[in-house]
Amino acid sequence: MQKQKTMVHPYIPNMVPEIQEEMLQEIGVKSIDVLFDGIPQELHYRGEMNIPDGLSEYELRRHMENIMNKNISAGDNLNFLGAGCWQHFIPAVCDEINQRAEFLTAYAGEPYEDHGRFQALYEYQSLVAELVDMDVVNVPTFDWAQAAATSIRMATRITGRNEVLLPKLISLDKLKVIKNYCSPHITCTLVDYEDQSGQLNLKDLKEKMSENIAAVYFENPSFLGFLEEHGEEISQIAKGQGAITIVGVDPSSLGVIEPPSHYGADIVCGELQPLGLHMSFGGGLAGFIATHDDIKYVQEYPSRLFGIAPTEVEGEYGFGDVYYDRTSFAVREKGKESVGTQTALWGITAGVYLSLLGPKGMYELGQTVIQNGLYARKQLGEISNLKASRFTSSSFKEFVVDFNKTGRTVSEINEYLLQNGIFGGKDLSTDFPELGQCALFCITEIHLKEDIDKLVSTIQACIENK
Amino acid sequence: MKKIKRDRSVRDFHQAKWDEPIIFELHQPGERGVSITAANPVIVKAVGNGVSNLPSHLIRKQAPKLPEIAQNRVLRHYLRLSQETLGADFNVEIGQGTCTMKYSPKVNEEFAKSSKMASLHPLQDDRTVQGMLEVIYQLDLYMREISGMDYFSFQPGSGTQSLFAMASIVRAYHEANGEADQRDEMITTIFSHPSQAATAAVKGYKIITLDPDEDGFPDINKLKAVVSERTAGFVVANPEDTGIYNPKIKEFTKIVRDAGGICYYDQANANGLLGITRAKEAGFDMCFFNLHKTFSTPHACGGPATGALGVVERLKQFLPGPIVRHDAGYYSLNNNLTNSIGKVRSFHGVPQTVIRAYAWIRTLGAEGLKAVAEVAVLNNNYLYHKILKIRGASAPYIKGSRLEQVRYSWEQLARETGVTTEDVQRRMADFAHHYWTSHHPYVVPEPFTLEPTESYSKADLDEYIASLTQISNEAYNNPEKVKSAPHNSSIHRVDEQDYFDHPEKWAITWRSYLKKAQKEVEVKN
Repeated sequence: MQKQKTMVHPYIPNMVPEIQEEMLQEIGVKSIDVLFDGIPQELHYRGEMNIPDGLSEYELRRHMENIMNKNISAGDNLNFLGAGCWQHFIPAVCDEINQRAEFLTAYAGEPYEDHGRFQALYEYQSLVAELVDMDVVNVPTFDWAQAAATSIRMATRITGRNEVLLPKLISLDKLKVIKNYCSPHITCTLVDYEDQSGQLNLKDLKEKMSENIAAVYFENPSFLGFLEEHGEEISQIAKGQGAITIVGVDPSSLGVIEPPSHYGADIVCGELQPLGLHMSFGGGLAGFIATHDDIKYVQEYPSRLFGIAPTEVEGEYGFGDVYYDRTSFAVREKGKESVGTQTALWGITAGVYLSLLGPKGMYELGQTVIQNGLYARKQLGEISNLKASRFTSSSFKEFVVDFNKTGRTVSEINEYLLQNGIFGGKDLSTDFPELGQCALFCITEIHLKEDIDKLVSTIQACIENK
Repeated sequence: MKKIKRDRSVRDFHQAKWDEPIIFELHQPGERGVSITAANPVIVKAVGNGVSNLPSHLIRKQAPKLPEIAQNRVLRHYLRLSQETLGADFNVEIGQGTCTMKYSPKVNEEFAKSSKMASLHPLQDDRTVQGMLEVIYQLDLYMREISGMDYFSFQPGSGTQSLFAMASIVRAYHEANGEADQRDEMITTIFSHPSQAATAAVKGYKIITLDPDEDGFPDINKLKAVVSERTAGFVVANPEDTGIYNPKIKEFTKIVRDAGGICYYDQANANGLLGITRAKEAGFDMCFFNLHKTFSTPHACGGPATGALGVVERLKQFLPGPIVRHDAGYYSLNNNLTNSIGKVRSFHGVPQTVIRAYAWIRTLGAEGLKAVAEVAVLNNNYLYHKILKIRGASAPYIKGSRLEQVRYSWEQLARETGVTTEDVQRRMADFAHHYWTSHHPYVVPEPFTLEPTESYSKADLDEYIASLTQISNEAYNNPEKVKSAPHNSSIHRVDEQDYFDHPEKWAITWRSYLKKAQKEVEVKN
């Protein structure tokens, strides 16, 4: 049988045989194979890759729809999962901008081709700076976890010390990232919490403080949603021993809650995903780091930092890389940590989001989140034997529901919720066994009263129908 | 009808110039960009205004100084900034060598932004994300075919993070064997990406860098001289950024493995290798591919992205978790990896990228993937051949064919005209082209690195070549034209000397700019 002539693929213009012939002539070789002569014969792959034949665009669409329709999304179900990735309202303009082909397909051009990319990221830095009330913000990192890890590494270089203190009530997912970035030379020690309130145990903190401690890291709101009330005292304790205070923050809280720089944080880091980014199975995450404009700190950023400058024409804004020689791009292993592709497009999107919300929108966002959360806690509290909040502290966006006395495990509750079209909260029984049967529920501005009422009545039905 | 003459060889281009203010300058008190849903009145009645329930010292006293701007004004501002950005969809994007700026198919965006993807929470029950897990698992299988590795993780968020993950695995492996303290050296090469050295250093390794021999290959004798019982591993790209495949690569990996080291492969430069040669046969224990390079997912101004990390069987237990398991038609997340390095990125990395890469492979099939490599290499050698004919241009090292890219030099041009590669870079912007020099240090003098991929037609390549030729002509006849570029950009030359390296003058945010500019005004007065 005659071999079918290879079709010119729509993504590969120079598969046209006549063009290939012309190009080969220009190069002065007989066939494309010759161009691979630099690869030793023994390394030429002789097998056949077991990958199915190519699909047409329409076939692909049908194929992908079949697969994707097996997913049940948080658009199909009611969702109360948070724990580091949160479902928020996303203004249409955010998607409009981050799907623009200019931004979507740009990469690492110079300010003369990509002036808009530089300006958009500069504005992102500037907008987050207002939110945290600090003067320096970086081009985004991979996620909060890596931003925290990098902040810690910055602190160890600044202080010349190699141990950090972190709260015991931290996301284990995040802790794994931090520990991996810290290994092998930086020790991570966990500080205990107050059993009733969840607050950092200041006595334990003081006991663990020493002149070996580079930094104290804590979060506000904490991983389990409650607000850490002793930020000022914690920073004082850290400073007392010459250590740096690093605070991880959910920026969506900062319209209503004091930024960490107001209670002594030297480095602030956090997660940008709540600022206009879809959850995307975790793919919407992006981290940020902020500090004061102190060279001691600025020189320790591994990330790119875009700065503003005049051009040779009066009235024009120009942009470029600040202090490039600190980066691994410039000096390889002698640079600070490492830099590369991270999450620039999500930074631009977060900037668009903050521009849209403004100070009032950020306040209203925070307020609705708090009100809805209080209402959910109140209604859940009506269910017999259920403790609507394991911790007594105020919370933002998330809180720990205690099922220990209901006779139901979180797993049973969540199974029942799932059968009723609801994604229940994150089961904490594996990550924090001392809490027993507790789950972390997330309530944001997207939850309407009827959504919360449905959650409450379904949990109630599950517990009472046992 | 008058015949309209279009006999120009270079594009008569001008970049969009909107002269946009900084977003804060659009502030108009009282305007707003979006409305936020207020809590239901019943809720408000039940819980009050909410904020006053917080401890008073935690309530923000002064609102953040964000601008207040109507929605269409925000939109317009960012659309204008987008127009001042030369995305790959708009140009013959062959000037950012090492970045594999190929076409990112539009249909794949449909899948990435579908609510069946975008609205998935990463902690959902496995039963509700079977489609997502299936795509991750299937892409793993395809990657195994392409590389010969045994398992893949898509958790790393870039090539750099994948290199970090691999350096972490090297350490975990030696720890498991009780040799972590003894094996404290990582070997790499100067033409490899700076992140190879930098990430290994983050993991505490002493870095040994091999320089090229006279043909541009990493020096095998130097490798033999530095390998020892202290060698933890060897990391290299092949081809390196010169586009030259190291024919002795199997000897290199054997030398290191015989000494007890782990060999890991930076496959950022894999676009000319698909279906041609594989990591496994070259003796590597691990490799990674940038899905945003070789596998077509968009670069997104620099992420989000994925560095797909592949390992051989004996290193599977060190992978960052979870990985996807497949059993009798059911997909699940498996976190049961005995010696896992833990994690490098939260949750499951960037799954939108995984979906796009999967879709891209499905439109090509095995044959199409090989066609990608063949045409990428054909395009590169055509470009190479033509560029060597341009006055002042050269390509150091071997004279034979190259794979998917070439690092060129304007050494002669600079010597004869005073025009540097940075000058050429700015002038290329005038013709709607990106043009990248090289990572530092500049081992090749006055370098530039071009990678045409499979996406560009012969006419596209000819356009890029014509622009370079024109600039060479200008350099010899009117060098000032090149040195004073850009002329057709959104902006003119930025004052880089003064404003980016002095703490008193740099302004990394708008508020910092306002303070420092005000201070300078006061000093002058």
